Amino acid sequence: MTNAYELIINILTALGVYDMILDMFKPSGTEFVLKLIIVVIELAVLFAFVLVTVMFLTWMERKVVAMVQSRYGPMVTGPRGLLQPVMDGVKLIGKEDIVPAKADKFVFNLAPYLAFVPALLVFIPLPFGESLIISDLRVGLLYIIAISALTPISILLAGWASNNKYTLMGAMRAVAQDISYTIPLALAAITVVMFTGSLSTVDIVSAQSGTWFGIIPKWFIFIQPLGFLLFLIASIAEMGRIPFDFQESESELVAGFFTEYSGMKFAMYFLAEYAHLFAVSGILVTIFLGGWNGPVLPGIPVVITSLVYFLLKTYAVVFFAMWLRDTVPRMRIDQLLNIGWKIMIPLALLNLLVTGFLITAGVI
Amino acid sequence: MQTDELLINMGPVHPSTHGVLRFKLRMDGEIIKDCQLVLGYLHRGTEKLGEMKTYQQVLPYTDRLDYISAFPNNYCYVKAIEELAGIEVPLRAEYIRVLVMELNRIVNHIVSIGSLLMDLGAATMIMWGFREREKALQLFEMLCGARMTFNYIKPGGVREDLPEGFIPKLNEFLEEMEMRIKDYEQLINSNEIFLMRMNGIGVISAKDAINHGLTGPTLRGSGVNHDLRKLEPYSIYHDLDFKACSRPEGDSYARYMVRIDEMWESLHILRQVVDTMPEAKVISTSKYGVAPMTGVPSTVSTYFPRIFTPPAGEVYTRIEAPKGELGFYIASDGSTKPYRVKIRSPSFCNLTALSGMVKGLKIPDLIAAFGTMDIVLGDVDR
Repeated sequence: MTNAYELIINILTALGVYDMILDMFKPSGTEFVLKLIIVVIELAVLFAFVLVTVMFLTWMERKVVAMVQSRYGPMVTGPRGLLQPVMDGVKLIGKEDIVPAKADKFVFNLAPYLAFVPALLVFIPLPFGESLIISDLRVGLLYIIAISALTPISILLAGWASNNKYTLMGAMRAVAQDISYTIPLALAAITVVMFTGSLSTVDIVSAQSGTWFGIIPKWFIFIQPLGFLLFLIASIAEMGRIPFDFQESESELVAGFFTEYSGMKFAMYFLAEYAHLFAVSGILVTIFLGGWNGPVLPGIPVVITSLVYFLLKTYAVVFFAMWLRDTVPRMRIDQLLNIGWKIMIPLALLNLLVTGFLITAGVI
Repeated sequence: MQTDELLINMGPVHPSTHGVLRFKLRMDGEIIKDCQLVLGYLHRGTEKLGEMKTYQQVLPYTDRLDYISAFPNNYCYVKAIEELAGIEVPLRAEYIRVLVMELNRIVNHIVSIGSLLMDLGAATMIMWGFREREKALQLFEMLCGARMTFNYIKPGGVREDLPEGFIPKLNEFLEEMEMRIKDYEQLINSNEIFLMRMNGIGVISAKDAINHGLTGPTLRGSGVNHDLRKLEPYSIYHDLDFKACSRPEGDSYARYMVRIDEMWESLHILRQVVDTMPEAKVISTSKYGVAPMTGVPSTVSTYFPRIFTPPAGEVYTRIEAPKGELGFYIASDGSTKPYRVKIRSPSFCNLTALSGMVKGLKIPDLIAAFGTMDIVLGDVDR
């Protein structure tokens, strides 16, 4: 079993229904329809998972903020306010969809969807657990970085099309920030690839299985602490969260690039932001924190335990990002770019160089 | 590279203008080339109203000037009337006045620091701050039934004596506050990002600060140790042990730190006031007093007349309000209403220095520098 497609077929076979279903398609020579159906089911499950996760994350964010700030957060809708995201969605659907008179209407309407699509696509090579992966791309890591780099396009389009000074400034900042932080992000990830010799996320995770001395798990965070730190900072910058949330710094630019959006289009950006948060945390876990690796529990299928380990680790990272948001103020855009170009990139290059030497010398 | 100038109209409705202030910014990309302030969106004609109401009726309007810290406004106006009419104030009343004013100073600085941090993107401080502010507001509520617009300090004293259980609750608050200020300092003071945003931003030299007529923490952040509580001690300040806090740097961080230091000093003052508060009546029955009404408990002081006529003349009084020097000029023509009321509000005067401070900085710096000016639009626009 290598991916979710085979997992589904295996399950169907185990249930004894796969051959039966296959026989339904075989006579007409349309097995590809069955394949298509299974892929569509996979994607539907992924989509539903992402949506539910995003809704949960908005609730969690509010609860974490409330915890830090010694208040309750949402409490009224549902048990402990769990249904608050649903109510938010209902409210946003009910909002008037305003398009500014002087906006470029086509681009203005297109941009929110362009923001959401990359946030979803990132999930495709993300291993949620043993064989719980949509597709194990051989260029998985490159694919993830490339897809994340698409987000600035949507932001720039949104900022430009809104025809508003604040949105334009927000968009320019966001693009400058994303570009300057994609580089250290990629450089930090490459050091891990030097160990595994593969860009495939599955290979990266399996390279982190096992332990040293039976205690310390063989996660790349222990071999690459600097790389981990750089990747963490760069990915928080990529997510556009405090202390790096210039694209929407509300006290300066009202709401940054999505100032003019309302209703569901606003919600699209919201969805994209949280999907991105989860995706980036998942990638961080995959690359540096051992992915779905964890102690094997007897009696429980690895598919389930690995999924649980992955989600636990990812939520820990998500929690860290939320915690950080409540603790530190926002940086200034030029300070951020200075740090990106003058500190992060040289450090990442140095890290790459040292790692290369050590690997060639056979030390690690 | 050829660039175009960008004109940004920030406000009057904008998240970080603390009300309805409007900046007209001429920008070169992110850099501010010129910052023009447009005021007057909250103008309510308080000074003109002062000419149309009797002396006692003007008092509630002073609450609505700087609504974050209303006690000093009350006090300054009342002090002007008292000087005009030569009213003696009982000692206990003065103690209570200083007590509420210093408590109000803490509240003001909490709000100031909280909103500064919120503008910088860290919303935690304002939530923490409002948690403590709520306790202080409950104390005010115990005292006079109001939480923000008190109308408590009256000519000749204060409206009512301290209620039962006030002092223990105040002591509780002081103890908690000590812990909380330490919390704030831990959260903010050594935060690297906060320092990056604050150090060297919005610098104003001592000379410029004096020339612009800055007062209060904004002036003391530039190294001028000018505190009216020390220079012209009014009320009972000459009996109290405290120091005027100042910092030499003149940047945003210095102004922020002055506020933190002042909170400590205010706590110190409050302790002394609580310890040495004399037992006495709280409202004067001297020159303008009339006999107490029958059937009214002696703690309720209803015997200062609603309408009274001070002698003709004029008076200017100034006090050290939390935001700076607050002055009231009152001219009397011997009638029941003031002939003229002029308010010198600290927020308005401090704001004048802003455009000079932020030239050449960026929008985020404007927010940071503006946050440390600590203004309230009700005070700016009167």
